Amino acid sequence: MSGQSYIRTEMLPEQPAPLGETGIPHWLRENMFSNWLNGIVSVVAMAFVAYVLYLFLPWAIQGTWGYGSRTECLEAVGGDAACWGVIRDRFNQLMFGFYPYAEQWRPMLAFVLMLVAVAPILFDKLPRKMLMFSALYPFIGAWLLWGGTIWTPLMVLAGFFIGYIVFRIAEGLLGDLVGIILAILATVIWWLFLVGPVIGFLGGTEATADAAATPGLLPWGIESVKSSDFGGLMLSLTIGTSGIVLSFPLGIILALGRQSDMFLVKTFSVIYIEFIRGVPLITLLFVAHVLLNYFLPPGTSFDLILRVVIMVTMFAAAYMAEIIRGGLAALPTGQYEAADALGLDYWKSMRLIIMPQALKISIPGIVGTFIGLFKDTTLVSIIGLMDPVGLTNAIRGTTDWNGIVWELYLFIAVMFWIFTFSMSRYSMYLERKLQTGH
Amino acid sequence: MKKSVFLGTLAAAGLMAGFASAGTLDDVQARDALKCGVSTGLAGFAAPDANGRWEGFDVAVCRAVAAAVLGDPEKVEFVPLTSKVRFTALASGEVDMLSRVTTWTFSRDVDLKFTFTGVNYYDGQGFMVRKDLGVASATELDGATVCITTGTTTELNLADYFRSNGMEYEPVPIETNAEAQQQYLSGACDVFTTDSSALAATRATFENPGEHMVLPEIISKEPLGPLVRQGDDQWADIVRWTLNAMITAEELGVTSANLDEMAAGSDNPEINRLLGTEGTLGEMLGLDNDWAKRIIASVGNYGEAFEANIGESTPIGLSRGLNALWKQGGLQYSPPFR
Repeated sequence: MSGQSYIRTEMLPEQPAPLGETGIPHWLRENMFSNWLNGIVSVVAMAFVAYVLYLFLPWAIQGTWGYGSRTECLEAVGGDAACWGVIRDRFNQLMFGFYPYAEQWRPMLAFVLMLVAVAPILFDKLPRKMLMFSALYPFIGAWLLWGGTIWTPLMVLAGFFIGYIVFRIAEGLLGDLVGIILAILATVIWWLFLVGPVIGFLGGTEATADAAATPGLLPWGIESVKSSDFGGLMLSLTIGTSGIVLSFPLGIILALGRQSDMFLVKTFSVIYIEFIRGVPLITLLFVAHVLLNYFLPPGTSFDLILRVVIMVTMFAAAYMAEIIRGGLAALPTGQYEAADALGLDYWKSMRLIIMPQALKISIPGIVGTFIGLFKDTTLVSIIGLMDPVGLTNAIRGTTDWNGIVWELYLFIAVMFWIFTFSMSRYSMYLERKLQTGH
Repeated sequence: MKKSVFLGTLAAAGLMAGFASAGTLDDVQARDALKCGVSTGLAGFAAPDANGRWEGFDVAVCRAVAAAVLGDPEKVEFVPLTSKVRFTALASGEVDMLSRVTTWTFSRDVDLKFTFTGVNYYDGQGFMVRKDLGVASATELDGATVCITTGTTTELNLADYFRSNGMEYEPVPIETNAEAQQQYLSGACDVFTTDSSALAATRATFENPGEHMVLPEIISKEPLGPLVRQGDDQWADIVRWTLNAMITAEELGVTSANLDEMAAGSDNPEINRLLGTEGTLGEMLGLDNDWAKRIIASVGNYGEAFEANIGESTPIGLSRGLNALWKQGGLQYSPPFR
């Protein structure tokens, strides 16, 4: 055997990979200089990035966090460095607007609780019981932000309870359909006509032009904060999250409505979607700010933030509907037929078979709309709300910081980037997780 | 998220719908807060400081009215309004009064159904240009690009001025003053036009003010003043005479410093009537007789408010000019307190 000298008997030692096939050189060659066109583009792009950084970094790093006004800052650092002092000086305002300082733990708590409420919706590994909290969160969050008597959220919640009781009673006596109609009627009547007086009786009322303030029976509550004190990032988040949470279900309903066989439902959905998509958001915001006040009886103050949330929701819902319709249209007819063949009724087939697939297809579009909606909240500065962009104006309106621009906008851009980038990463995670193809 | 608030408001709206609006004074007193529309941020006239407290020359008028009506200059809810939405906000009752560098014009007074209650600042529209543009007069601006705030009288004045002088221009429409400033500095327009007070304030904030000049032409009259809705004369009277009290106080030498001394009674019967030690002027307004005293104690007289917010000692550095008292060659003139 040993005579067969052409067979190697020992293993060759491992050789390091050739220089061009490993490490940074390999990566560079593969990704940046794989051919001459790619090479040119890489060099030009890197030169551009280097140039921007060359202009930006010294300005940003040499900037100072000290000083209470732009004049002082410019004297100290000269014209070529950033005056980050404005961020330090106005940080609280950029976060909370005019929200009373002593109460600012409330929006912070509301934000943390929002993360808790959203977590079980985003990650299905968390215990399902947490969804109970998510369902209650809108009431907790609104109460924390606006404050006032504890009875407001409780009594509004009671509306659902009343609806449920009415449904159970009427269902047994009169059947399903009548039960549902009666339950909805009872809830709406409770909300429209009874909630106000009951809350007033329990929690007390404020003085109006015609009546003095009355003490409540059980005046438990926290200090109420007016909508006009809302501002900064907190306002953007309030409008953004409410808009996102409300527009999603509305969008699903509109998308289903548009595909419906029922003439009225379909017509209404189509008209709504096409009308809203044909109108710029700014126009809707002006309607919210200006026109609604004319339509409502004089003296009524219909909360401005609420008006804006409604408009933003209506706007986003129309886009959402079209994106989800795209998902519905992408499903093969076989899926609908399979659902029918299983004997599922319309709602069950939608809930169990169609929607999970359609929504999965639509994830990128849906998250895109969410991100767009969140960024669109800055448009409210045009109707005078003090969101971060609106505040830049107010901050520059003081003699201390008149003329300051880049520092503020950069800071706001970073704040928004954190939120929008997280949303975008989550959507990629979700797409990977729901990936069922091969 | 907002359901609770929504339903609450809806319920409240339903309840309130039945009542006709009482007088603005009653509304304000019942609410115990004055809703005052101000700029979203204009140096010297209205802006919130780091603690969210509004300050400025226009803000002083709001505080003066609150001091007169509610006895406390802090009981003001400031509603920041852009120039586009200010009139609808006032007309729809969202604010009780507007003190927002608003020019008194015929159509606003008559057609839009507002009542202007005086002039707290006499302004005029001017032009600012870079010195290296080599322009010495506004008549040489043919073909220039002009940064201009939309929805204001300056926009209309500009069109009128260029048309009557047979010149052409390219407007760069802009939403806010701060934005205009930035556009002008970045070279998006050759000329920045707005009220000359704002031009001076803007120029003062530039890194190199010496490179820019305000042209000598003033092309318009811009009497800026507070306004209220037409049809509530009592309320209009209160706002009007609040401003007049500030002007009269300066004329009579009543300041926030010597107020107590003056209020103890003086030989000048007009001072006594103003400060309520003689006569019942305050009661005629539907207030009490100390109303003017409270105004001067809270914001000072007209001259003090001017100096504190936009005067020569501030970075804005405006001289009194047209806004001096009539005795000193200016236009500020209050009817007598009699």
